[in-house]
Amino acid sequence: MKSCVIVFPGSNCDRDVAVALQASSGSAPQMVWHGETELPKCDLIVLPGGFSHGDYLRSGAMAARAPIMRAVVARANAGTPVLGLCNGFQVMTEAGLLPGALMRNAGLKFICRDVFLKVENSNSLFTRLYTQAQVVRIPISHHDGNYFADAATLDRLESTGRVAFRYCTADGVVNAAANPNGSLNNIAGILNEAGNVLGMMPHPERLIAPELGGTDGRPMFDALASLLQNA
Amino acid sequence: MKARIHITLKKGVLDPQGKAIANALSHLGFGGVEEVRQGKYIEIDLTGNDSAQARAKVDAMCAQLLANTVIENYTVELEA
Repeated sequence: MKSCVIVFPGSNCDRDVAVALQASSGSAPQMVWHGETELPKCDLIVLPGGFSHGDYLRSGAMAARAPIMRAVVARANAGTPVLGLCNGFQVMTEAGLLPGALMRNAGLKFICRDVFLKVENSNSLFTRLYTQAQVVRIPISHHDGNYFADAATLDRLESTGRVAFRYCTADGVVNAAANPNGSLNNIAGILNEAGNVLGMMPHPERLIAPELGGTDGRPMFDALASLLQNA
Repeated sequence: MKARIHITLKKGVLDPQGKAIANALSHLGFGGVEEVRQGKYIEIDLTGNDSAQARAKVDAMCAQLLANTVIENYTVELEA
């Protein structure tokens, strides 16, 4: 598998996701600086977590207009899998790769802790090694993770199975108490219409080995690695 | 020419920061505050004197970067 990780000024999970990709696929991703205008040939693009451009104006707003993003959007539209984690998800909504917006957490506080997620769609190329409705424990670490979309967009996401993950209790109950940030319908991650773009606020790359406190994030990277090796 | 841009959250979009401000105002003893909505204010100094051109340019700036039209509205005032 050849993968690329886009690095923006202020990205801080780029190396974590590089370690996760290397662990699952056996090959290190190519790190691509945001000021580049062309992407190397690759089977997967990752927009990593962090605080690109200091979250100025809106989280992800500046990064979404970076020179490299034209190439990323073109590849995504041509079918290349693109994974956006945390700030990467924010960049995706700002760039129009995914609908909706990520607003200030409802409680106004930065939240950094493990949460439980229910896998709502285990058919995607990112989530196929999870089982449907499986509950996984993954950390979140964000100030702006409050997912918002208008009613029509939300309906479309819900009726077409594009909600990939929802915040839930340890027992898999999706309720207001398990919603850390006010996201509509407890949405933690969504897919694009074609299924080749996933954006999510939680950080699966932070839980890929027992030494890190858990392995619930590992199946995502294993799924991407094996799928792309078979391609 | 100066452009003054106000960016506000659309109706129906929750504004937890506005709510926190309203709470703080009531803690300070200010009664009669029904609702607070907060937003952004941006000033841009532009070259040239053609206000129609300036308006079109600032409008494009708002649509492409300054506002996120999924959640925000904007208004533009021009001052010669």
